Amino acid sequence: MKDSVTTDSQLDLDKVIVCPQCDAVFQLVRPQHGERAKCQRCHKVLIAPRRNAGLHIIAVALSVLFLIIGAAIFPFLTIDAAGNKNAVSILDAALAFSGGPMIILSLATAALIILFPLFRVLLTLYVLVPVVLDRPPARHAIRAFRLSEAMRPWSMAEIFAIGCAVALVKVADLAHVGFGPAFWMFGILVVLVIAQDSFMCKWSVWNSLEHPKRS
Amino acid sequence: MVCMELSGTPKKIVSARDLGIVACSRCSKAWPLGTQTCARCGHALVSRDPMSLQRVWAYWVMGLICYVPANLFPMLQTRTLFQVDESTIIGGAVELAHHGNLGIAAIIIFASVVIPLGKFWAVAFLALSVKNRSMVSKNMRQFLYEVVEYIGRWSMIDIFVVAILSSLVQLKALAAINPGTAAMFFALSVIFTMLSAQAFDSRLIWDVQAKDKSAGDGGAEINE
Repeated sequence: MKDSVTTDSQLDLDKVIVCPQCDAVFQLVRPQHGERAKCQRCHKVLIAPRRNAGLHIIAVALSVLFLIIGAAIFPFLTIDAAGNKNAVSILDAALAFSGGPMIILSLATAALIILFPLFRVLLTLYVLVPVVLDRPPARHAIRAFRLSEAMRPWSMAEIFAIGCAVALVKVADLAHVGFGPAFWMFGILVVLVIAQDSFMCKWSVWNSLEHPKRS
Repeated sequence: MVCMELSGTPKKIVSARDLGIVACSRCSKAWPLGTQTCARCGHALVSRDPMSLQRVWAYWVMGLICYVPANLFPMLQTRTLFQVDESTIIGGAVELAHHGNLGIAAIIIFASVVIPLGKFWAVAFLALSVKNRSMVSKNMRQFLYEVVEYIGRWSMIDIFVVAILSSLVQLKALAAINPGTAAMFFALSVIFTMLSAQAFDSRLIWDVQAKDKSAGDGGAEINE
């Protein structure tokens, strides 16, 4: 597997990119805005810069922040059957498992649908705002970004939203179900969270955290 | 679309390990082999995680152990005026199907039986295929891994449905829905299988291929 290239170029490690998924090595070619650099072997997208991605992410993150707070406070679903009414907020739903060991499940659910998404948004803002303003990165920005990336699979707001749809169908013939304002907020939130993840090019963020002046 | 190439070797793709490079698995910065921690993000550097498969199997077994009670215990306890109903995951779906809600029953069976079982199979298959030669191409296995990683989180939907139902349907004497013991085990099972999939080092899939190639026909092309 040895090639002449591998021995004599002695590899300037800053000019090389390694696919995190299959460990293939490529010479770094920075794609233009809107283009995507893919790994030739496993086709993972390595770099996908977008024009003004930072600004877009910050704008989306701010709206996500307000939506999460709003969605957690306002009533979310209301139910009405034969004069008995009940309105719940997302916090109520998250804390539905109460009593005994089920309280752990309550806390986990609350974390998955509210705390992790909220925390991720705050960390994203903390990391990206200085970068976009061409300031030096915030203190511990690298650790913050690491943490936010580690939380990515555990922030499950969009799954909760689909769960609502399933739950609604199940109750629909039992009682009349109405949507509170929080339900619509949560719907928009899901779209925004997905958009935010697709704007974010991890490689570019790491790169600008490492070389703040040239960003 | 831009394709990355290592200059001079457009066809042959070289693994970082063979070049004496170790890449940070978190921020993907390249370092010389033997570097202990990534100076950019502080993550520990390992070219291949020797403990990866052990952790995969440990979480896998935990997930499977939790999945059994998740199906045996009741997931929901529905109390209406005259009766108390306790239904397991499958029981609930069968009941829905009896009432004519075939679509929803299918979704529930798919999300809480087919997907979890498929995940157990897929992770086991991937972990085994790294040790033994596999007939399935690396691209297929990589694809399978991505699907497992993506779909794993969606099994939580069942837990959320239970949470929504049991907080919403609290209509005093008329009807009430409460979560059952199975919810706990099901959530644990999902979490353990997610951890199991995350512990798998996907670079191992491509190593076997590199070894096969040097032992076998020398210069098989991987490009599509």
